Amino acid sequence: MSTTQTAVRPAAGASQPTPRPARADRHGLPAAGFLAPFLTLYLLFILGPAAYGLVMSFFDASLVQSGLGAFAGFGNYAEALRSADFWSSLWHTLWFTILTTPPLIVLALAFALLADRAARGRWFFRLAFFMPYILPSAVVALIWMFLYTPELGLLQNMLGHIGITAPNWLGDPDWAMPSLALTTLWWTLGFNFVLYLAGLQEIPRDLYEASAIDGAGPWQQIRRITVPLLGRTTTLVAVLQVIASLKVFDQMYIMTSGGPNFATRSLIEYVYDEGFTNYRIGYAAAVSMLFFLVVLTVSAIWFRIVRRGQKEI
Amino acid sequence: MSDFTGSGAGLRRRDLLRGAAGLGAGAVLAGCSAPVLSGLGTGRESAGSLDFWNLFGGGDGVRMTEMLDGFRAAHPGTDLKAVTLAWGNPYYTKLSLATLGAKPPDVAVAHLTRAKTLIASGLLEQLPLDELARSGITPDKLDPTAWRAGLVDGKAYAIPLDTHPFVMFYNTDVCEKAGLLDSAGKLTSLDSAEKFTDAMRRAKQVTKTYGGVVSINGDSATPWRIFQSLYSQLGGQMLADDGAQVVIDRGKAMRVLTFLRSLTSSGLVPGGIDYQGAIATFANGQAGFYFQGEWEISTFQTAEMPFSMTLFPNVFGGGRYAVQADSHTLVIPKQPDTDPERRDRSLTLIKSLLDQSKTWAQGGHIPAWLPFRNSAAYRAMTPNSAYAAAAQGAVYDPQGWYSGSGSNFEIVTSNAVATVLGGQQQPGAALAQMRDQLLDLAGTPSPIEGGAR
Repeated sequence: MSTTQTAVRPAAGASQPTPRPARADRHGLPAAGFLAPFLTLYLLFILGPAAYGLVMSFFDASLVQSGLGAFAGFGNYAEALRSADFWSSLWHTLWFTILTTPPLIVLALAFALLADRAARGRWFFRLAFFMPYILPSAVVALIWMFLYTPELGLLQNMLGHIGITAPNWLGDPDWAMPSLALTTLWWTLGFNFVLYLAGLQEIPRDLYEASAIDGAGPWQQIRRITVPLLGRTTTLVAVLQVIASLKVFDQMYIMTSGGPNFATRSLIEYVYDEGFTNYRIGYAAAVSMLFFLVVLTVSAIWFRIVRRGQKEI
Repeated sequence: MSDFTGSGAGLRRRDLLRGAAGLGAGAVLAGCSAPVLSGLGTGRESAGSLDFWNLFGGGDGVRMTEMLDGFRAAHPGTDLKAVTLAWGNPYYTKLSLATLGAKPPDVAVAHLTRAKTLIASGLLEQLPLDELARSGITPDKLDPTAWRAGLVDGKAYAIPLDTHPFVMFYNTDVCEKAGLLDSAGKLTSLDSAEKFTDAMRRAKQVTKTYGGVVSINGDSATPWRIFQSLYSQLGGQMLADDGAQVVIDRGKAMRVLTFLRSLTSSGLVPGGIDYQGAIATFANGQAGFYFQGEWEISTFQTAEMPFSMTLFPNVFGGGRYAVQADSHTLVIPKQPDTDPERRDRSLTLIKSLLDQSKTWAQGGHIPAWLPFRNSAAYRAMTPNSAYAAAAQGAVYDPQGWYSGSGSNFEIVTSNAVATVLGGQQQPGAALAQMRDQLLDLAGTPSPIEGGAR
C-alpha cells in the first residue's frame, strides 16, 4: 500500500518537498518489485511488439519470409493513404463508432436511472441488463445471426406478423452496419449501465430530499442533480465507449466477414486481411500505426470535448 | 469465411470459437491464440514421432481421426500426434510460421490452391518421383487433373487426397412432383440456361417458396464458386502471368452475372441468404435445388431428407464440362534437417491415408486415389459416385500469390458477385469493382517472391 502512497503524493504534496524523495528512494526497490510482473508482461506483449510493429511498418515485411525484407521508407504509409480500401475501412470504423456511442451512453444512463428507481426486484433489472455483457462475442454473434437470418429468422417472422417487411439485416450493405450496431448495443450496454449504477450510488440521498422539500419534481431532480453529479462517470463512459467502438472487430469478423461487399469491413479487419490473408505484414503494420494515430487523436479530442462540457456544468 | 470444411455447421462454430478466442485480445490474437499454443506443444524431439496438422472439423474431422487410428493400428512403432487447427487463413499462417520457425509438422494438409502459394514461398519439400514410387505412390495411381494441377515446374510437392467440386443437390420429392425425374428416377438434363431456369421455376411451383438456393450473405467463397463454375464453362480466365495480370473476359463475365441476377430477380432463388440459411431452406423443403461443394452431403444425410446429388449443370459449356473445385493435398513442409527415417514415416502416413480413401470418400469428396476410385466399392457409393466426373472438369482457382482457397481473391470476387445476386449492383458495376480490386492486388509486389526454392 505504501507504494501507491508514494506514487500519489509527489503530485499532491508540492508543499512538502524535502522528505518525500528520500521516502520514495526507500520504497523504490519494493515498488519496482511489485511493478515487475506487470511491467515484464507489458514490455513483452505490448511495448515490445508495438516497437517491432513500428519498425516493420517501414519495411516490405512478409509473413512467410524470415527477416524484415526490403526497406520501404514511408512507402507503406503512402500506399495506405492512397488506398481507397483503407479510407473506406476507416470510415466504416468511424461510422460504427457514431452509430454505437450515443445510444450506448444515453440508453445506459436511462436504464440505470430506471433500475435505480425500481422499488422491487432491482437485482433482476441489474442482472437483466448486465447479463449479455458477460457473453463471449462469439455467442452474441451466433444468437444475433439466428435472429437476423433472412426468410427463417425470428426478427423477420415477428415483423412479418405485424405486416412489416423486414430488411435483409446482414445482407443489405445499407442495413448491415446498423444491424451490427444494434447487436453491439444489446451486448455491451450492461457495462456502461453498471458504471452509471455505481455513479448513482455515490450521489448523496439528502440532496434529493432537500430538493423535494424545495419543490423539485422527479424530472428536475434528474436534470439538475443526477446528470450533473454523474459528470465524472459520463466522462469515463464516453471515453471508454469511443475507444471500445473504434476497436471493433469480432462482431464483423464473425457475423459478416466484413461484407456485404465490404460494407462492414472495419479498419482492424483490413489490417487482418492484409497482414494475415495477404501476408503483407509490413503494410499491415503501417496501417495499424495509422490506426493508432487515429484512435489517439479521436480519443484526445473527445476527451477534451467531454471534459469541457463537464466544466461548464 | 466458408470454404470447405466438412460441414457448414462445423465451420461456423469454428469461426465463432476463433472469434471467442480473440475476445478482448484484438485482431492479431483472434487468429492464433489457443491453436498456436497447441502447435507449439508438439515436440520434434522424440524418436519415432510424427506430427500431422490438418484443418478438418465436423464429419471430416471424425473420418480423419478414424483414418489416423487406422494408421496407428498398422504402425504401432510410430508415435503419431495429430493437431487439428481452425480452417482458413489462420491455418496457412500458422503452417507458414511454424515452418519458418523450424518447427514444422512432418506432414500437413493443404488445399491444392494454397499449396501452390506455399511452394512459391519455398515452404514445402519437393517429393521426387522415385522416392514416392518407393512408398507405393505413383502419378498413374492419382487423379490426373489434381496431380497435374499440383505440379510446379514439373516437380511434385503435394499429393492430392481428393477433389471437392461445386455440385448440385436436389430434393428428389420436389423434383418428382415437378416432373423433373424420368421414369428411372434420374434427374432430367439442366444443361442450358433455359432448362436450368425452367427447372427452378417448376421446383418453385412445388415448394411454393423457392426453386433453388445458394449461400450469399457473409459468404466469401460460395458466390465465387458458382460464378467460376459458369464462367469457366464459357472458357473464361481470371488471372494470367501468376496473378500479375487480370484478364477477365468482359463479355463472358457479363453473361454469367446477368444469368445469375435473372435467377434472383425473378424470385426463383433467394437473393440474400447466408450459409446456414441456405442449408436450412433446402433441408426444410423450401427449395428443390441447393448449390454448394459436395461436403454438405453429411448435413443432409443427417437430416434424413429425400435428396440426391449430381454434377453442377453444364449451363454454358456445351461439349466441354467445367466446374469450380479444389483438392485437399498432403504435403511435407520444409524440414529443418534431413532425417531419412522421419521422411520415410511421413511418406508412410501419406500412403496410409490414400489407402483409406474409402473412409474419406464418405464425406462426399471424390477420391484422388485411383485404385479405390476405379473400384466397384466406390461405384456402389451413392450419390457420391454420381458426380465423380466432376474431377475431370475441375477448374482450380487461378494462380497468384493472393489467390486460392480462402484468399483475398475469393473474398474480392465473392463480394462483387454477391452484390449482383442480391440486386445491390448491376452486373457491369460489379464487374468493374471486381476488376479494380483485382488490379490493385495484381499491382502489389508479391510478399512471397524470393522464397528459396
